[in-house]
Amino acid sequence: MTRLNGISHRGRVLTLDSMNPNVKRVEYAVRGPIVQRAVQIEKELKEGVKKPFTEVIKANIGDAHAMGQKPITFFRQVLALCSYPALLEDSKFPEDVKKRAQRILEACGGHSIGAYSTSQGIECIRQDVARYIEKRDGGIPSNPDNIYLSTGASDAIVTILKLLVCGEGRDRTGVMISIPQYPLYSAALADLGAVQINYYLDEDNCWSLNIAELRRALNAAREHCNPRVLCIINPGNPTGQVQSRQCIEDVIRFAKEEHLFLMADEVYQDNVYAEGCQFHSFKKVLFEMGPEYSNTVEMASFHSTSKCYMGECGFRGGYMEVINLDPEVKAQLIKLVSVRLCPPVPGQALLDLVVNPPQPDEPSYATFMTERTAVLSTLAEKARLTEQIFNTVPGITCNPVQGAMYTFPCITLPQKAIDKAKELGLVPDMFYCMRLLEEDGICLVPGSGFGQREGTYHFRMTILPPTDKLKVVLQKIREFHLRFTQEFS
Amino acid sequence: MLSCRRRASLPAPGRYSGRIPEWHTETRTDIKTDINSNMWNMKQLEYGALARRANRIKDELRQGVRKPYKEVIDVFQGDLHGAGMKPLTFVRQVLAACVYPPLINSNNLPLDVRQRAQEELGRCVGGSVGSYSAAAGIPEIVHSISEFIKRRDGGIPSHPENIYISPGSQWSISNILNVLVNREASPRTGVLIPVPFYNKTVLSITQLGAVTVPYYLSEEQGWALQVDELQRALESAKGVCNPVALYVINPGNPAGYVQSQKSVQEVIRFAWEKRLFLLVDELYQDCVYGENCEFVSYKRTLSEMGPPFSGTVELASFHSVSKGFLGECGLRAGYVELVNLDPAVMKHIHTLSSKDSCTPILGQIALDLMTDPPKPGDPSYPLYKQEIEHIRAVLVHNVKRVHEVINSLPGFSCPPLEGGLFAFPRLNLTPKAIQKAKELGLQPDTFYCTRLLEEGGVFTGPGWEYGQKEGTYHIRFCIAAPQDVMEELLRRLSSFHMTFMKDFS
Repeated sequence: MTRLNGISHRGRVLTLDSMNPNVKRVEYAVRGPIVQRAVQIEKELKEGVKKPFTEVIKANIGDAHAMGQKPITFFRQVLALCSYPALLEDSKFPEDVKKRAQRILEACGGHSIGAYSTSQGIECIRQDVARYIEKRDGGIPSNPDNIYLSTGASDAIVTILKLLVCGEGRDRTGVMISIPQYPLYSAALADLGAVQINYYLDEDNCWSLNIAELRRALNAAREHCNPRVLCIINPGNPTGQVQSRQCIEDVIRFAKEEHLFLMADEVYQDNVYAEGCQFHSFKKVLFEMGPEYSNTVEMASFHSTSKCYMGECGFRGGYMEVINLDPEVKAQLIKLVSVRLCPPVPGQALLDLVVNPPQPDEPSYATFMTERTAVLSTLAEKARLTEQIFNTVPGITCNPVQGAMYTFPCITLPQKAIDKAKELGLVPDMFYCMRLLEEDGICLVPGSGFGQREGTYHFRMTILPPTDKLKVVLQKIREFHLRFTQEFS
Repeated sequence: MLSCRRRASLPAPGRYSGRIPEWHTETRTDIKTDINSNMWNMKQLEYGALARRANRIKDELRQGVRKPYKEVIDVFQGDLHGAGMKPLTFVRQVLAACVYPPLINSNNLPLDVRQRAQEELGRCVGGSVGSYSAAAGIPEIVHSISEFIKRRDGGIPSHPENIYISPGSQWSISNILNVLVNREASPRTGVLIPVPFYNKTVLSITQLGAVTVPYYLSEEQGWALQVDELQRALESAKGVCNPVALYVINPGNPAGYVQSQKSVQEVIRFAWEKRLFLLVDELYQDCVYGENCEFVSYKRTLSEMGPPFSGTVELASFHSVSKGFLGECGLRAGYVELVNLDPAVMKHIHTLSSKDSCTPILGQIALDLMTDPPKPGDPSYPLYKQEIEHIRAVLVHNVKRVHEVINSLPGFSCPPLEGGLFAFPRLNLTPKAIQKAKELGLQPDTFYCTRLLEEGGVFTGPGWEYGQKEGTYHIRFCIAAPQDVMEELLRRLSSFHMTFMKDFS
């Protein structure tokens, strides 16, 4: 403390020097600087500033409702009744909606969604999740005790990482993650001070996963850390690839050989569009490989209510299923999740409806199926459209969008543009995306935010805008790219 | 196989002290305190066991098994709705209409409800509560919170960019702790914590690898916070850790005190002198009952103290929709207001919050309804006012009854509850009872709570879960329950207590 004029000047306790150094390393491109600029531009438009466009199209974040996708009626009706149970008397609501709401409310403390639930999540909902998994996986049993409801899948992913990351120096936990990856992983690993081990997906082969590449990355990593975890996102984000069954088997085999904990992020499991592609859950494949694997490989799979056909990001519903965890480790897991008390109860209720949708003999079934089919088929259509149009643009190459909600095309940038970017202190694809934002009001996320091979550039765009708007966006990007290439030729 | 044994980091039994095993390899050096060093390790197992027992008993009752009671009175947590208190009608009507917008056109809902729902939806991207919001929260709601704080604090401005909404206050507290705790620092980061404390925050502190430095609230003086004791605690940290933060709960949990303005000023002055970051849990600010008691926020006091304090003491104050009149624990929404933080650090806090996505939208809307409730003249106002007054009356009544009944029982005592939502009465257990507990491998107050659960059907928390002076015993229970439930609770508690004291006399 220094004294000036007899008054002590107290330095701050919390400074860049004293704070947790790991937090300084955290970045999250999906909501990063380009989005902040987009929000600023939106403000300017509201204030009447003239621009070459009248709105900013935020194709940066996987938020379906933000882009106009409608919620599923059945879900919202049940949740409305759960919020305000007096509506149970309202004849406008179908009987199956009322029954579901009653069942959920009965499982809540004081029959209110405002009561805490247990930290692991409401028991009957976990039972429903287990039944859903069993049905999905052809009857392979799922134990509700292995299900942990969470505040979105992200929460569960970070929880497992918190559990697994330990050691110091050369023994520090190494976590394998695909490049390109969803930047929650890199952010969480930076925050926890874990070692990130990158394995590259093969862009020339539709972003497929290569065991040889996994092995290369693992062996290199062993020099400086203790690799213990392997993360897979299937269907992939940002790349959209849907792994073949063979590939999943190979990964499981690899994980067993190398004693790796498998984290399978499967939040896009209903978002599969390409012909010949099918979602295979890691759990199912694991068990079909026989007891040698199913009794030994430790795994956590994640799912959420934010994607698929629901798109209910704002409810923060999700779960993880853990397989072959030591009971003592599970006890520690319970402690960890208890610190934040419990996942949001409306999100738990929504998850219950997702795993337990209307059945063919129920009044809401027809509407439910129509709505669900419409969402998924529209997404499939937009996936095809996107790939088609981008591939007509010289300098843009786009792999088929097999699944998920994004496209991650490769863009060829003229050397002059790369140089200009460096001059401005920007990564080349950030420079490209910033220009697109300023000139056309389209907000994408530069590939550098997800990771990519050195010397390659990409951007991630969501396929979520309504079809007509998407066509306009694709056209605008096409025109922009040609202009940009011309300017820097 | 992942296992606990695999970790070389687990110290030998007996030396193991106080935190969730964070798989660290460094040896743990803890402050020498009156808390049993095995507490942390045992404690979770015991609390878990008690909770499991409660659930088992509830299941058995559902299946029709005969017991001396028809239902378990669960007052273990500060869960108003769980204990039978009703949600506010206005809040739930607005939420329902936001979830299912066709209700906005329904004449069954009051006009102001429908208008408010429309307003809230207008702030949601794409007009849906299913879309993400900005990481710090829906901007209009953040603004609403800042206006609420300003009104509450007599006009002292509150800046929206200093406010972050999060899924419950614990989420926020652990985010701020995460920024404060430098795991690579030597000596280790320390955080001063009150005894008794709110266990979840303390779990966060230990989970992050920081060291807890306990300061004891004075039970003889109604759990008052004394600066001398803060000083003693700080001294005890010398050579053991580097204390950087002071965690305060006002009104208290579980101890039901409300700090006077003078006390708040003393704490702020202490934090300023000793260079401590102030973490203040103000969740119970609406729960004040004591005569001559008034909640005064740390923010307001700090501001009114003027320079050099007002411009330098770093403060994080936390609030949520879980307590007070809303009691919406299950919605998971709270906020932190950060004062005097380094702008460069604020940038990192912003990035950190962005990776967490956003707080559930329904929770954010509940926060808005809490900070901007119906006003006189609004159609919903009369009912809203009636419900608030009812809740208030129930709490005031319960607080009085609890004090009366507990103090009338031998071996049981508690100071007047000035605020908060819990009673934390002191048990004078006989040596025989303590001995029996030891035989069963339980903490004495856990033994009492277990018996109370089994025989009386009342689920309460053992004092050692929340910290207490060695050799003292307490139980904690929530006092926010409908009056008839509270009377039944007190009846069962009295009856059980007399039997227990007789059995172990």
